[in-house]
This record gives sequence, C-alpha cells and structure tokens, in this order.
Amino acid sequence: MLRIACPWCGVRDESEFRYRGDASRLRPDSEAGLAAFTAYVYERTNPCGWHSEWWLHVAGCRQLLKVVRHTLTHEIRWVGGACDQAPPQASS
Amino acid sequence: MSVVARPVKPAASFMIAHPVNPLRTSSGRYSLGRLLLEGLTGQRGWSRAWAKASPRPRYRVVIVGGGGHGLATAFYLATEHGITDVAVLEKGPIGLGNVGRNTTIIRSNYFHPDNIRFYELSLKLWERLESRLNFNAMVSQRGTLNLFHTEAQRDLFTRRANQMRLLGVDAQELSREAVKALVPLVDLDNGRYPVLGGFLQRRGGTVRHDAVAWGYARAACNAGVDIIEQCEVTGLQREGARVSGVQTSRGFIGADTVCLAVAGHSSVLAAMAGLTLPIESHVLQAFVTEAVKPLLDVVLTYGAGHFYVSQSDKGGLVFGGAIDGYNTYGQRGTLPMAEEVAAAAVTLLPGLARLKVLRQWGGVMDMSMDGSPIISKTPLEGLVLNGGWCYGGFKAIPAGGLTTAHLIAHGTPHPAAAHLDLERFAAGRTVDERGVGPSPYLH
Repeated sequence: MLRIACPWCGVRDESEFRYRGDASRLRPDSEAGLAAFTAYVYERTNPCGWHSEWWLHVAGCRQLLKVVRHTLTHEIRWVGGACDQAPPQASS
Repeated sequence: MSVVARPVKPAASFMIAHPVNPLRTSSGRYSLGRLLLEGLTGQRGWSRAWAKASPRPRYRVVIVGGGGHGLATAFYLATEHGITDVAVLEKGPIGLGNVGRNTTIIRSNYFHPDNIRFYELSLKLWERLESRLNFNAMVSQRGTLNLFHTEAQRDLFTRRANQMRLLGVDAQELSREAVKALVPLVDLDNGRYPVLGGFLQRRGGTVRHDAVAWGYARAACNAGVDIIEQCEVTGLQREGARVSGVQTSRGFIGADTVCLAVAGHSSVLAAMAGLTLPIESHVLQAFVTEAVKPLLDVVLTYGAGHFYVSQSDKGGLVFGGAIDGYNTYGQRGTLPMAEEVAAAAVTLLPGLARLKVLRQWGGVMDMSMDGSPIISKTPLEGLVLNGGWCYGGFKAIPAGGLTTAHLIAHGTPHPAAAHLDLERFAAGRTVDERGVGPSPYLH
C-alpha cells in the first residue's frame, strides 16, 4: 500500500488516487514532426529507479499531483502540485 | 509380477544401452518403459534434463532471457532452422521468472483477427507440444469459460465468437443453465452482477508452467543449444548502429544476432543499447488457495471485474486479477488489488470465502502501448526484440518462440507475427484489442 502525502489533504492511501502515468513527458511543438510525436505518445523511459509520475486524487481534493517514486522500492521522495518542479536531487 | 521378480540385471544392461554422452549431458528419451525400469531400479539412471553450459566467447545467436520465450526461440532455431550455435543467457536459474509466475492459462479467444491467428497458432502448437518436446507438460484442454453479465456484454462476446468462427476457431455460447451445469459453484444471481451466460472455448485450458520451461530447456539442450544459467547481462556492445555482443557477469560474449526475451525488463535491457521502447513495466499478482477436492474443471473468467480461476491438479485454486496499475519492477503485489480480486472471487463463487489463500506472488509485465506484444527487428542491426507481452506471455510461448526464431533465421517476420513489429506505432496501425489507447495502466 502506497501512502501519498497530498499537499492539500495530507497523507492518504493509494486507493484514493488514480495513476496517470509518466509525468516527465513534454508535448512537442506542433511543427516538431512525426518522430517527435511518436516518441511523445508511445515511448517511455520506464526506468528501474526514480520515476516522476502523475497521480490524480480522485477520492480527495481531485488535484493532479506530481510524485517522484522509486519503481523498485516504491519509496516516495517528493510530492507536489501539477505545475511544481521536483528539485533535481529528488530524482537522482 | 514377473517384471517385479527380476529387477537388477535388466537395469544394468539398460544403462549400458543408453550411456550418458560425456560431451553433452543428454537426458535420453523419456518413455513409459524407461519410467518402469527406473522405478524398479532405484531411479539411478536419470541424468540432468539439460547441461549447465559455460559461455563460449562467440555465438551466432545470443538470446538474453531463459524464460519461456527465450528457450522456445532457441529450440525452434535449432530444430526448424538448423541454427544450433545459440546461447540462452539467464541471470538466475531457469524457470524462476514469469514462466513460473503466471496462472498457466492457454486460449485463443481474441477479437482482433491478427491476434486470433497468432494465438491460434500457439494453441495448435500447445496441442502437439508434449510429443514434440518428449516432456509431460500436462497440457489440459479443459475449456475456458468467459461469463457475461449484461446484454451489451453478450453482444460484444458474440461479435468476438463470430470473428473467431470465421477464422476456424472454436467458440460456443452457453446459457445460464449450461453455465450452472458446468460450474455449479457459480452464484448466478449474486445480486450485484447476475450471470446471463457465457462463452466457452473448449480447446482452451491450462499447462503446467514449470514443465514448459524445463521441457523447452531440455529439448533445446538436446538439439545443441548452450543454456547458461547465473549469467546476467550487464551491457550491450554497440558498434555504431549495430549490436555485436553482450557484456555479462561471466565476461563478454560476441554474437551476430542478440535477441532480447526478458519481458518485464525489456526497457532496462534496451536502454543499455540506447533504445527507448513503447513499454511500461507493471506488476501482476496471482494467488493460490489451499488444496481441496475437485470442484472446478474449467478455466473460469468473471465478466464484471478482473478475476480468472482454475484448479490445479494438486487441488489448489489458482487465480489472478488485473495489474496493480502503476509502474513497478517489484516482483510483489500490494494489498488494494489483492482485496479487489478477493471481492470479485467471492461475488462470483461465494464458496471460496471458506478457503484460505496459501500463497501470493507477483510478476513484472511489459505493458505495451497497445496491449499487444512486440516481435520485431529494432533500429539497431543485429538486435531482435521479443517482449511487450502484457498478460498474454505464457499462452503465447510456442508461437512467440516459433515466430521469433523465424525472424532471426530469415531476417523477415513470420506471417503470423508480421503485425507485431515496432514500426506499427509510428505507422498508426496499433493492435489495440480493447481500444483504450496508449495508456498501459488501462490495458
């Protein structure tokens, strides 16, 4: 069971949240071309290690959170709002 | 009685008649006669089922991953294409990865025509597998029964069954009463999701999963393949746009072709060569209860949640659910999904509430972006990928191995797996069975 510290609601169980995938992807410029959009839509770095990801607090404040979590140990190192940037040391 | 009366001498002559090859530890041919003889002579004539090979500096083909797909690929390379200069590298012992962590179900009841053809090829290979491998894999075509709970779901299943029949695959609709007759345990009027009927694929069933790994390993070894256990790949050697070998915990091994068959960890291996794949890794849990007398003789799947169950020959009910739902490489599950699976189990089969769960485990899945596997060349020359199996890897082992071997031997895809190439994502011809788009946590 993950325990996610929502900045608005406090520490809550994972069952209150819905996972929304990799948060490190950035939508390319509209003229960036097919290769850039294929990579954006389909390719994932899928690291075995620290991973920046979206979690939607559906059964809470309904805010979209950005979470830095380790994909092997499940340790959560940082939680912020959708527009916040994790400090660089959070993912290293 | 007369056979029992003269045990010693025939055994001695038997062992001379079938000497163990000192160069290649061959396990000989398994047969009823040999089983009888060994039983009468203290089981002393058996040898290792496959040899523990040490790596040579170079092979024509190096397969990374000694799971079902890696071993099957090696077997078909050796037997269908005469390529025996092959090594299978496994970081641990054979059989401890996903090939030993699944719920052992085989079936070909898909909707997408290309998927039906591919999984039907696999089912046909399962039907002949034991005589082909000379190994008892306990292939049991007990039938897979998918229940439906709404009229819309029945229409969807009918469409799928019609698609299957058009391609010559068996599928039949069962009424509520027929479902009850086949599986008396089912609570048809469970109050929440009443069962309206089901679709049965008679030829589906289960296979002893460990025996698949052991059988392919033994048959591949007998055909001349080196199976190298405790050999972890730590890097892929790249020369420009070409992969020329692998760095391992037991030294560098050169190869003309390197094949990745490490589903669950495909992204990690591909990253060693600088590739990013359309894959996320997720954990899928499975469970087994204490052993009970025979009470379920089909594979049963619930239509109003993710739950599928069969009874093993030992008597335990083996069941599983959906992926936990977020990226992970941990081979363990978390409790919310265990609770969801248990809830589905007792809604459908209230009698299961009395049983204790003996064991629970998790396997790491390659969840691809369209929910279908990838058997493909890669942008790097000399690197072939067999991965992205989502939860379909076990049932696909024979066809996955056959088609991957074809791709390695000929350089062109096998007709049954041509739709599973990596190019399909950029080309816009994804094979999305459920139509949910590039969100692996929804497949």
